[in-house]
Amino acid sequence: MDVKLMDARATDDEQQAVDRVLGAPQSPWAGGARGAHRDFHTATGGAARRLERTMLLPALRALQERVGWISEGGLNYVCERLDVPPAEAWGVATFYALLSTAPRPVRMLHVCDDIGCRQRGARDLCEALRSSHGEPVVHHADGHVVLDAARPAWMTSPCLGLCDQAPAALVTDAGTVPDERLIGHVSVESARGLMAGAPLPAHAPSSAVHPAAGDPARVLLARVGVVDPASLDAYRASGGYTALARAVTLGASGVIGEVVLSRLAGRGGAAFPTGKKWEAVAAQSAGIKYVVCNADESEPGTFKDRVLLSEDPFAIIEAMTIAGFATGATRGFVYIRGEYPLAAERVTRAVDAARQAGCLGANVAGHGFAFDIEVRRGAGAYICGEETALFESIAGRRGEPRSKPPFPVHAGLFGKPTVVNNVETLANVLPIVRHGGAAFASVGSGISTGTRLWCLSGAVQRPGLYEAPMTTTLHALIARSGGVAPGRTLRAVLLGGAASTFVTPEQLAMPLTFEAARSAGASLGSGVVMVFDDQDDMEDHVLRIAAFFRDESCGQCVPCRVGTVRQEEALHRLTHRRTIGSVADEHALLAELGAAMKDGSICGLGQTAYAAVESAITTLGLFAGGRA
Amino acid sequence: MFGAGGGTSSYEEVEDADVVFLWGSNAREAHPIWFHHLLKGIRHHGTRLYVMDPRRTASAQWADQWVGLRVGSDIALANAMAREIIHAGLANQAFIANATEQFEQYAGAVESYTLEWAEPVTGIPADVIREAAHAFATAERAMICWTLGITEHHNAVENVLALINLTLLCGHVGRWGAGCNPLRGQNNVQGGGDMGAIPNKLPGFQDIEIDFQARARFEQAWGRPIQPKAGWNLTQMFHAMERGALSALYVIGENPAQSDADAHRIGALLEGLEHLVVQEIFLTKTAQYAHVVLPAAATWCEGDGTVTNSERRVQRVRHAVEPPAGARDELAILTEMARRLGHDWGTPTAESVWNEFRVLAPHFAGGMSYARLEALGGIQWPCPDESHPGTTFLHARLWDTPRGGRAAPFSIVHHDPPWEARDPQYPFLLTTGRRLESYNTGVQSSGYASPLHRGETLDISPEDALQLGLSDGDLVRVTSRRGTVDVPCRIDTALRASLVFMTLHFPDDVATNLLTIDVADPRSGTAEFKACAVRVEPIGVGAVAGR
Repeated sequence: MDVKLMDARATDDEQQAVDRVLGAPQSPWAGGARGAHRDFHTATGGAARRLERTMLLPALRALQERVGWISEGGLNYVCERLDVPPAEAWGVATFYALLSTAPRPVRMLHVCDDIGCRQRGARDLCEALRSSHGEPVVHHADGHVVLDAARPAWMTSPCLGLCDQAPAALVTDAGTVPDERLIGHVSVESARGLMAGAPLPAHAPSSAVHPAAGDPARVLLARVGVVDPASLDAYRASGGYTALARAVTLGASGVIGEVVLSRLAGRGGAAFPTGKKWEAVAAQSAGIKYVVCNADESEPGTFKDRVLLSEDPFAIIEAMTIAGFATGATRGFVYIRGEYPLAAERVTRAVDAARQAGCLGANVAGHGFAFDIEVRRGAGAYICGEETALFESIAGRRGEPRSKPPFPVHAGLFGKPTVVNNVETLANVLPIVRHGGAAFASVGSGISTGTRLWCLSGAVQRPGLYEAPMTTTLHALIARSGGVAPGRTLRAVLLGGAASTFVTPEQLAMPLTFEAARSAGASLGSGVVMVFDDQDDMEDHVLRIAAFFRDESCGQCVPCRVGTVRQEEALHRLTHRRTIGSVADEHALLAELGAAMKDGSICGLGQTAYAAVESAITTLGLFAGGRA
Repeated sequence: MFGAGGGTSSYEEVEDADVVFLWGSNAREAHPIWFHHLLKGIRHHGTRLYVMDPRRTASAQWADQWVGLRVGSDIALANAMAREIIHAGLANQAFIANATEQFEQYAGAVESYTLEWAEPVTGIPADVIREAAHAFATAERAMICWTLGITEHHNAVENVLALINLTLLCGHVGRWGAGCNPLRGQNNVQGGGDMGAIPNKLPGFQDIEIDFQARARFEQAWGRPIQPKAGWNLTQMFHAMERGALSALYVIGENPAQSDADAHRIGALLEGLEHLVVQEIFLTKTAQYAHVVLPAAATWCEGDGTVTNSERRVQRVRHAVEPPAGARDELAILTEMARRLGHDWGTPTAESVWNEFRVLAPHFAGGMSYARLEALGGIQWPCPDESHPGTTFLHARLWDTPRGGRAAPFSIVHHDPPWEARDPQYPFLLTTGRRLESYNTGVQSSGYASPLHRGETLDISPEDALQLGLSDGDLVRVTSRRGTVDVPCRIDTALRASLVFMTLHFPDDVATNLLTIDVADPRSGTAEFKACAVRVEPIGVGAVAGR
């Protein structure tokens, strides 16, 4: 492409960081030195070169990790290497919250102030940091405040997926050996220590999981906390790769038959039948196909995938390999959210180990088919959990969802047929293949078959990850987590995540099936069960949800871009008694905005941005009269 | 080609081509609308693009393969590809047998063009030539498109024939998505030819010397004998001025004082004319030499008529605004001129002239009434009658069995380097071209502000700039055997050592054509603007921007 580069030059450090990801430049037409005779007379490019754009986000991440931000010179060098117009690369760089095109210090502390952490002291933590270290840094394309590179700075963050250990924070240190830690139970003291340059603490321990190890009810969690996630041998010794062997025996269509029979529904939130997806991709004529594992878990209150990725990474690799075998895809991508350093590290190592052992590659485990996996990391964008936005992100573009159809099974990653499944969904594939779809479907009912992982957080006594059949009631599940503290009463449960709805104490008898949730006007979403008690400032939580959607809207379509802003404004007016017209007028306005977002938005973000707000008003009775 | 005076294909077809050779063309800048069609092919169809150009231009940057040949080595490259195709058994034997003639002679003529010979001559590594040749030959649909990099040479016609040979060799003509296409530089270059503004053709590409039936038709219609003798092309006219055989000139919408090679010589010749009439929409440099200037309306918006684009599509243009006071419709000027010379043509309209053309060139345009042109949004010639939809691509007849019409001949052409070579006195080769935001001599494009206008520069490789101690913007003196200009330099990585580049967009500031050489192709009359030897000397530091 005829790219017009800028004049700014990258520093040696920036160049080296980018070259580490992209390899040394091979031609003067891709950032290398001039000199060879051949280069003055020929250059290759075109289609092959345009595909290299998939390395844009990894290259931008490399700059961010090396110097703490993305300078114009660094961006320019990446553009030169990848043949991407600087304006487009700028559009990508400014899309992600963890990337900064304004100078930032080497250490950044991202403090979660989302609903889960608010229940556990995040507001006090932020206030304390404000008083000792000033206002948080705000994510902007152009920073007017020049920060001292050596002095750590802090900013607030949406949900970091560590709700069971709230309040949480992510610390990132840029440098020659960049490092980052997701940490929980952050105290004012520990936060101030990090701001003063204290050494990075250990990664947060994995979440508490229930039931206890060895309990036969643990299916998806069987290995968690029991089997060494770094050891392929340990994985094998605990039954790993027996599902793949069985899959090869069953043959591709046999595998898909079992998945269809299992009635497995997607665990990412949309509950689409997995077997149907696989069938559709397998039915596409031969050619390039992809398997994508959606590990961009970012729904506030969700942390199940982080546990699976960190504690049982080989299981996800095996399941993706089976998906590739069954559908004829030879290449897979795991897209892990940027806020999960430990999960990314463990999955990357597991992929390397599997490749080394021949479990990935040209001839998988000697079974005579090819499959390999590439790990990609997000960089702080909730919207990239939307499957088509995720494809755009992998392809090196802004993570803006596409209009559907065409659906991913026909035109997904790089425009090719693609199986895209959530982490937990893939984890279910192993027991299905091993024991048969019928056995799987015997647990649960209807389309709600198998067990599910529930992320309990908020005002419960034992937050953590709970595995339970979907026929379990919400009441029973909350009881397992110890319920609310003595002397408190349960006020509401945010079921499914910020994109879902609040349910009331009266609805707790509901079994956690797709069918029951739907008939109650609720949704199971990504398995979030966030409990609120009578001490919680519910309107504040709803305002945080509204702010979340406003902030995370990609801005591509008007209903969502404008609607999420207007929604948040109306809620502020209601809560501060500054309504325009009556309270009923504001409610009507919100309902109209909600309908416009639901009907007119391109993707699920806008379509569900009003769901929690609506239930807060109609079922919890919030925002009814305002307060001082 | 093969008897038709236009490109073979429609714009839309390039969107379906599997391989496109863009040869001697920077269409990304010079033909941006057509290039959008190509981009559709690249993005949606997967068209593979090869760009043959000495510079790594904006177009070349879109290519799957840039083939940066030496200036003027086009025939060497084309013939080497042909030999490779023949030896690899990739020639389309069935098509050659059915549709062509003189293949044996052609095959014999290219036999000496081995890859090993071609590599040092063209500068292109043998493996790249081979790969391109195979890609072209094995493509289902392949197209060659070219512009002035092919035709602004002293052997322009031979260059074109070398490319046509390749399409014949592989049967890439007469089918959808295949063909050979000169991209026209103006909205109506094609239309000028259609209407007979070619020295040896009557309107509708009817040969004035050979086609006596056509000549008789025109004689009957116009009531005048028509001499069976081709006129002069522009280059020949200047030669005639030089020897005193031409003393009066009527120029309509052309600016030879600035657009033609060796501007010193052209200026002197124009000055020496006994009578020069210039009919123009602006007071151009040429008009300033004129004894009489006839201010004309701009027909694309101030008058009625038709234009023909590069895909042979005849389209209506309409009178939308009034011309400025004093400017007259061009048809009215010509009619008035005729009346003063004793011929009363009445008061023809654009449509009545067009309808006369339809009658006199019936096979060409008989079916193109104004009503149909309007209803169909333009029609591609030939369109012989009112039931004919127009012709998307030409020469489908070559695929008929038995073949329709006469065979398409291979042409024997040989490598013939540019007239001027680099030597110790003039160690650089200057090649010229266009930029996106400007247009030819700037008559239409210099009058408005554009952030892209940066004035004229001498574009030079980083290697040469280093050698000469030049930084961007430094003033240099460029000298050829014919003239000298001073111009700021601009370092451009698209160039290699000893190759420099200029445009002709700002002739009032930097008269590039003082440098260029007036050796022209004897058949097309086009001068070798693409190659002349120059010397480059630093003369000062600091920006001396053109405008």
